[in-house]
Amino acid sequence: MEKIKKKKRKTFTRRDFLKGFGSGALGAAVVPKLVSQDVFSLQTKEGKIPLYSKKQITLNINEKNYSLVIEPRETLLHVLREKLNLTGTKKTCSGGECGACTVLLDGNPIYSCLTLAIRADNKKITTVEGLAADGKLHPIQQAFIEKDGYQCGFCTPGFIMSSVALLEKNKNPLTEEIKTALSGNLCRCGNYSKIYEAVSVASKSMRGA
Amino acid sequence: MAKKEYSIDIKDSNLLYHEEFREMETEEPEEVPSPEKEKFKIIGDYTPRIDGERIVTGRAPFTHDIKLRGMLCGKILRCPHACAEVVSVHLSRARSLPGVKATLQLKKGRVKYAGEQVAAAAAVDEKTAEEALKLIKVEYKTLPFVVTEEKAMEEGAPQVHDSPNIDKFNDYNRGDIKKGFESADVVLERTYKTAVEIHHTAETHGSVAKWEGKRVTVWDSTQAIFNVRDGLAQTLRIPASRIKVIKKYMGGGFGSKLGLNDYTVAAVLLAKEAKRPVKITLSRKENSLCVGNRPSSIQTIKAGVKKDGTLTALYLKNYTCGGIRRGDRCSEPLIDVYKCSNVKVEEYTVFTNTGAGRPTRAPGHVQGTFALEGFLDELAHKINLDPLELRKKHYTTKNEGGTRIPYSSKGLDKCYLLGAKKIGWGRRNKKPGEGNGKIRRGLGMASQIWWGMGRPRTLADVKLHRDGSVEAVCGTQDLGTGTKTYMATITAETLGLEPKDITVKIGNTEYPWCGSSGGSTTTPSVAPAIRDAALKAANYMKNQTAEKMEISPDDVIIGKEKLSNKNDPAQSISFKELLKEMRRERVFHGEYVGRPLGYAYNTFGAHFAEVEVDIETGKIKVLKVVATHDSGRIINKLTAESQVIGGITQGISTALFEQRVMDEATGNMVNPNLRDYKIATSFDIPEIEVAFVDMVDPRINILGTKGLGEPPRIPIAAAIANAVYNAIGIHVSEIPMTPDKVLQALKRKEVG
Repeated sequence: MEKIKKKKRKTFTRRDFLKGFGSGALGAAVVPKLVSQDVFSLQTKEGKIPLYSKKQITLNINEKNYSLVIEPRETLLHVLREKLNLTGTKKTCSGGECGACTVLLDGNPIYSCLTLAIRADNKKITTVEGLAADGKLHPIQQAFIEKDGYQCGFCTPGFIMSSVALLEKNKNPLTEEIKTALSGNLCRCGNYSKIYEAVSVASKSMRGA
Repeated sequence: MAKKEYSIDIKDSNLLYHEEFREMETEEPEEVPSPEKEKFKIIGDYTPRIDGERIVTGRAPFTHDIKLRGMLCGKILRCPHACAEVVSVHLSRARSLPGVKATLQLKKGRVKYAGEQVAAAAAVDEKTAEEALKLIKVEYKTLPFVVTEEKAMEEGAPQVHDSPNIDKFNDYNRGDIKKGFESADVVLERTYKTAVEIHHTAETHGSVAKWEGKRVTVWDSTQAIFNVRDGLAQTLRIPASRIKVIKKYMGGGFGSKLGLNDYTVAAVLLAKEAKRPVKITLSRKENSLCVGNRPSSIQTIKAGVKKDGTLTALYLKNYTCGGIRRGDRCSEPLIDVYKCSNVKVEEYTVFTNTGAGRPTRAPGHVQGTFALEGFLDELAHKINLDPLELRKKHYTTKNEGGTRIPYSSKGLDKCYLLGAKKIGWGRRNKKPGEGNGKIRRGLGMASQIWWGMGRPRTLADVKLHRDGSVEAVCGTQDLGTGTKTYMATITAETLGLEPKDITVKIGNTEYPWCGSSGGSTTTPSVAPAIRDAALKAANYMKNQTAEKMEISPDDVIIGKEKLSNKNDPAQSISFKELLKEMRRERVFHGEYVGRPLGYAYNTFGAHFAEVEVDIETGKIKVLKVVATHDSGRIINKLTAESQVIGGITQGISTALFEQRVMDEATGNMVNPNLRDYKIATSFDIPEIEVAFVDMVDPRINILGTKGLGEPPRIPIAAAIANAVYNAIGIHVSEIPMTPDKVLQALKRKEVG
C-alpha cells in the first residue's frame, strides 16, 4: 500500500483507494498479499484510481475445481452467483446481517457476502447445490420438506448450510444449541419453530435413531 | 434519454383493500353452490409442499436469479434530501462511461423524501452501473422538510404536499356518543402509539425487463402480476396485450409487493433504450426507504362502561402517518369486534417527508387491535372483571360496523374456549402486577377480526392430457403460503390422484386471471376456482365412463387412479386409459363465482401469550403463545400452521423490536439495514401452539374456506402487551415495547 501511495500521491487519496475496493476494511486486509502485482486503472469522477491486477484462483466448489480470473475486490458470493451461476446462495443484505449467503468454507459456515473470493483460493466450498448426492436429498433437506421448515424459501439455503455445519460437529444438538447455531440466519417469514423441528428430525435420521 | 416524467399511482396503503372489498361485497352471483359437507382424504391433511425439493436444493428460480443473454444491471440514483427541487440532471458523463448502455432521468420537480428515485443507469455489470450513478450530476435546491408526525402536526411545519399536513379521512358515527358517556359509571381514556415498520422481505424488490419488438416481458418479484401488467400498460401506454408479467418464486412480500413499483418502470424503460434486457434489484437500504412501510399511529381511545361491564360508549381518535401517502385506517376492530351501541371514530392522516406507507400484513388492524385490546384489559381491571369475560360479554354474531348483517360463520367463541384452556388462563394474575421479585410473569390475550373472503370471478383451469398427465393452472402467486401445493391437493383429491401427479402452473399473466395475493384473499379465491375446474374435469370423466359402461354418470365413482361402477366395483377403467381415449387434450375452466349477499364474511381468532418481564432491565421475554383461529376449512394444515407461526414471529417483532428511526436533522432514516433495525430472530421465539377450530363456512365458497394470511399477524402484539400489563401492572401502551419504554412505564406506575 505504501508503495502505491507514494507513487500516486497527487492523483488519489487513501479514501479513493479504499473506495476502489468497495470495502475499506476488507480491501486493506488483502493488501499485503497483492502488493507485488501489477496495477491498472479504474476511471472514476475523481480521476484514475489504480487497482491491483486480476488474479487467477482455483475454487473447489461442491467437489469440482473451477479455475477463475477474478478481481481481488470480488466477494465469494458475487463469484458464485454472477460468474458460476450457482444462484442457490442468496444475496439480501450484502453486509453480514442475514445469513442467506451462508456457504461452507472447509466445513465452516461463513457469510459469502463478507468473504473475498481470493480468500477461498484453493479451499473447499460447499453450497446448497452440492448437498444432494446421486439424486438423493441430504437428510437435512429432506427434513426441511417434511417439517415445512420454510415459507417463501429465500433464506432456506442459508439455514440449510448452517444446519449442515452444526450437525457435522454436533450429532445430537439440544434445541438451544440449534438456536445458537442458526442465530446468524434470519427468516423474515418467521418460521423458526419449524426450522428447529426440521433440524432436530434430521439429526435423528442422521444418527439412525 | 427519456424526457418525460412517469408518475405511478401506488394506491394509499389500506385504502386499496377497502376499495377492493367494497367491490367484493356488492356482487351477488346468479347461482351460488354451497360448500360440500363431505370428508376429504387429502384436503385438510398435512401435505408437504410439492415444490419443496426445488427450494431446498437452491434450484427454485427467484427474480434475483434470472439470467438472460446480454442482460444489463440497472441501478437507481436516489435523492439524499428529504425535500428538494430537482434543478437539473446531467446524464452525459455517465452515459459516456464505457460499459454504460442506457441512462434515464426519472424525476423533475419536487422530491418529497430521502430515497425517492431521480435517475437510473444500466451497464454491463453492477460495478460499472454504480460508477455510472456517481457520474450523474444532479443539482438540487433543498427545501424545508419534516420527518416525524409530532413535528408535522405543529403549526407552521413545512407542508409536505401543498396542503395541510393533517387530513381527516374517516368520520364514523353510530348511536349517540354523548348519551353513551352520560350513562357510563366509569370513563377511561388512554393513548397508544405504534411505530413505523419496514417489511424487509428476504428477497429485496426487483424486476427484469426484456423487449422483443413491441412486446415486453417482465419478471417481477411481485404479489400481483396482473396489477403490474395493467399498471405498466397505464403508465407507459403500452397495450396490456403486449405485456407479459412472470413471477416464479418470490422471497416474501407482506404487502410491499402489491402492484406496480417505480423501479419496474425504470427497468422497462432502460431495457427499451439499451435494446437489451435489464435487471434491477434493490439493495437492503433501498428496501428500507422506498418500497413501503407500515404507517405509525397515535390512537386515543375513550370509553364509558357500566359497573356490570356493559360498554356504553367507544370513541377513537387516530393520527396515522404513512409518510408522503395516507396512513392506515385503524378503526375496523373497534367498530366491529365488540357490541357497543354508541361509537364514534375520527381518523386523520399526517403527512411527513418520508417513504410512502403501504399495506403491511394486516394494515390498520395490527395498530388498531393493539390499542383496542390493551384498552379493554385496563377497563376490565377498573371494573374488576376477567378480561376474557369482558370480551365474551360483548360478543356479537352480527357485523356491528356498517351493515348489521349476520356473520356467515363465526368461531371466535370456540377460539376463546380452546385458547384459554391451552394456555391455562386461570394461572394469570387476578390483579395485574400482583407478583413479586425481579422477574414478573403474566398472561394476556387479544381477539382478531379480518376479512378473507376471496375475489369473485377468479379463474383457474384444469387440463387433462392424453398421456394421463394433469395440469392445474391459475394466474396467481405463491408467496410461500403454499398456493401451488393446495392447487395440487384439491385437483388430486377431485380426480383420485396424488398431489405429486399434478403439474401446477402459476405466476404468468398468460394464465387465467386471478387477483393480487394480498389481504388473505388468495386461498378463498383460488381454492374454489380450481375445485370448480377439477369438478368439471371429474364430471367429464364420469360421463365418458358412464357411456362406456352404459350406466348412469351418477353411478360412476372416482377411486384411486380409476373410475368404477358404484354397483359393480369390479367394473372399472383406469384414469390413464380413459384419458388416452380422448381425441385431444381438454381444458376445464373453473371460476369462483362469489357468495350470497346478506351475510358478513370474516375470519376470527384469539391469541394468548405468556411473558416474563425483568423489572430491573425492562426486558420482556415471550415464553409461550397459543394461537386459535377460525379461517373456515383448513385445506393444508402443515402450511397453515407455518403461516400462523410466521404471523406470531412477526408480531413478536412488532411488539418488542421494530421501528424505523428518522433523523430530524438530515431527514434521513437512521437504521436502513438489518443490523440497526432489529427483527425477531432465533432467540426470541417462544413455544408456539397453533389450533384451528376448522369450521366449514356454509356459504362462502364450495370448500367453505377463508383466508389466513393476515389473521395470525393481528392479535399477537396486543396479546403480548396485555401479558406484560398482567405481569407488571401497567400497560406500556407503545410498541415496540423496548426496555426503555417498559422502565418508563414502571416509573409512571410508581409516580401514580
